[in-house]
Amino acid sequence: MTEPTPGITESAGTDLRVDRLRAGLKRRHARENRFRTYGLLAIAVSVGFLLLLLGRIIEQGHTAFYAHTVTVPVYMDPARIDRSYPAGTNFEQLVAEQALVRFGVEDDAAGTRATAMRDLFSSELKYRIAERLQRQPGLIGETLPIAAPMSDEADLYFKGEISRSTPALQRRLSDEQLDWLDRMDAEGAVSAHFNKALFTNGDSTEPELAGVAGAVVGSALMLLVTALIAIPLGVGAAVYLEEFSPRNRLADLIEVNINNLAAVPSIVYGLLGLSLFINWMHLPRSSPLVGGLVLALMALPTIIIATRSSLKAVPPSIREAALAMGASRTQTVFQHTLPLAMPGVMTGSIISMAHALGETAPLLLIGMVSFVPGIPTGIDQPTGALPSLIYIWENASERAFHERTAAAILVLLAFMIVMNAAAIVLRRRFERRW
Amino acid sequence: MKINLFRAADGTESGGGADTGADVRTAASRAMSVPQPRSNGDAPVGPTKIAARDVSVSYGDKQALFDVSLDIPDKTVTALIGPSGCGKSTFLRTMNRMNDTIPGCRVTGRIEIDGEDINAKSIDPVLLRARVGMVFQKPNPFPKTIYENVAYGPRIHGLTSTKAELDEVVQSSLKRAGLWEEVADRLHSPGTGLSGGQQQRLVIARAIAVNPEVILMDEPCSALDPIATAKIEELIDELRERYCIVIVTHSMAQAARVSQRTAFFHMGRLVETGSTEDIFTNPRERRTLDYITGRFG
Repeated sequence: MTEPTPGITESAGTDLRVDRLRAGLKRRHARENRFRTYGLLAIAVSVGFLLLLLGRIIEQGHTAFYAHTVTVPVYMDPARIDRSYPAGTNFEQLVAEQALVRFGVEDDAAGTRATAMRDLFSSELKYRIAERLQRQPGLIGETLPIAAPMSDEADLYFKGEISRSTPALQRRLSDEQLDWLDRMDAEGAVSAHFNKALFTNGDSTEPELAGVAGAVVGSALMLLVTALIAIPLGVGAAVYLEEFSPRNRLADLIEVNINNLAAVPSIVYGLLGLSLFINWMHLPRSSPLVGGLVLALMALPTIIIATRSSLKAVPPSIREAALAMGASRTQTVFQHTLPLAMPGVMTGSIISMAHALGETAPLLLIGMVSFVPGIPTGIDQPTGALPSLIYIWENASERAFHERTAAAILVLLAFMIVMNAAAIVLRRRFERRW
Repeated sequence: MKINLFRAADGTESGGGADTGADVRTAASRAMSVPQPRSNGDAPVGPTKIAARDVSVSYGDKQALFDVSLDIPDKTVTALIGPSGCGKSTFLRTMNRMNDTIPGCRVTGRIEIDGEDINAKSIDPVLLRARVGMVFQKPNPFPKTIYENVAYGPRIHGLTSTKAELDEVVQSSLKRAGLWEEVADRLHSPGTGLSGGQQQRLVIARAIAVNPEVILMDEPCSALDPIATAKIEELIDELRERYCIVIVTHSMAQAARVSQRTAFFHMGRLVETGSTEDIFTNPRERRTLDYITGRFG
């Protein structure tokens, strides 16, 4: 101030400085606004992609959540049903023949029409009737309204997936079969209902009977095995490496290797699991036990890295305070450091669990991508898993599996959302640092 | 109640029978711009509690402390002063072996507490730290309740057997730390929710709850405002009656106010030690004079 630039008066100098400041300020604001715009753009793009993905899956998959049933009157012909063994009756044929009679259609000698009519009903039909007669044998000789599940193709017709304009080669139903379906619909016999089978059944070759329950249980059992092995081992290893191990070349080597293992392609873990757990240890193939072990190997490095970094983030003053109070190193770690690192440990563990849930490649190699009907009852039973079920269904030739593939993806996403929500809730609970 | 971990009957507890007779100072005498030590010449000084002989410390290749030999008396506040990086905190941390926790740190020489070599193989650092408490520069209460903070030491060392006994220890420790009135009605609220000065007194209460023999303080007031500082200083003066206190401080005024003995460190060496009055009024060394008169530091 006391030394103004020659030629510029003091006030002029001040003005110049303010001008420069202003010009600079404008630039700074512009830069900040630009950065904010980029950020918003990035978010918009990712939200757009997410909506596109979700929208497409929901659009394809929502029809799998309901199915059609036709209610037909069936005369329980005593001449055809063996009273001592009702389940032995060919009910599908019975229902089909009676439907043909009702529609006034003449069958040929080979019974092609009856076969065509039978194709409109799910094979579930005969079990339903047989079960009912088993319970109430007195119903034989009466005419009962039977709610018959439709076959996958007939179901697709009512969902509008196929129509008369679909080229004949791309549909399995003939125009005559479609006429019959229309007549049933006109009678008001066709109704839509929630597709319970999708959630209660295991896999099946019949799309209308196929469900995700087996795969969901298989995935859950597998995750249980993974969590029980990977979390204690990973957290223990991280605590030792971070808090107890001497810092030397060996420790550095281990650290580099753990980081490398986190980046190894998952199919390599599948190969390791195949040779180690199945070929060498002879654990049961396709079982949640082997799947969980392989996924645990895969999740370990991630859990170790996440735990170590959250242990590192605990302020050293807490560690010093505990040590200076005469706490041993073990007491310091388990009473102070680890509890404070818990939110990070939880988040890391659950994210790696969610990652393991969606992993498919290693499952290919340990026989989990094979057709397994039914729901597993133990960790040594053969089972599928959600990602492998998606893979199998996507490759199936029946058109009705396509919507079910999308539905299975939605179930997998819901599973993951539940896990990630659990991660957030757990973190909030542990994060009460006061 | 009284907890005594190690020396129940050998008489060191009584400080040789010397009556401390703490003189109560007014706030006026505390406010000073030029360090003016209280008249400490007649202040009773206990028998030697800690004896350091030729203590050297190095971190990796860098030597931080060179051959320090110092006797620290019991029932006395000894101040370690000197410019930043002079090794005073390093020396403090050798006395409870906190340097052990730093990788690459090497301590040589001999440190005795009551004639016992604390670096001997037979000494467990965990037991040593129960005898030698420490208060850090930044208040570091555990993220637990006030009660749990104070109860932590007695708990891990198994000093109390009943809940009532533990309650008693917590209460008496908080009282001795001058915090009881302020927190009596919220013992179960978080210790981290207290103000900085209260946190530091909580940490002191936590340290004295195990009834240590020595309390080390590493610049305990440098993060506090003047009022909180005054309270801590008052507390230190009261604690002197029972404990051997070693305090590292950057403030020469503080050294003059609270200590009876002063040791001046410079460049990793102990330059001069003596009664606080002598150091501040009649230093023998040129460097000490330069430092206390503010010519460097």
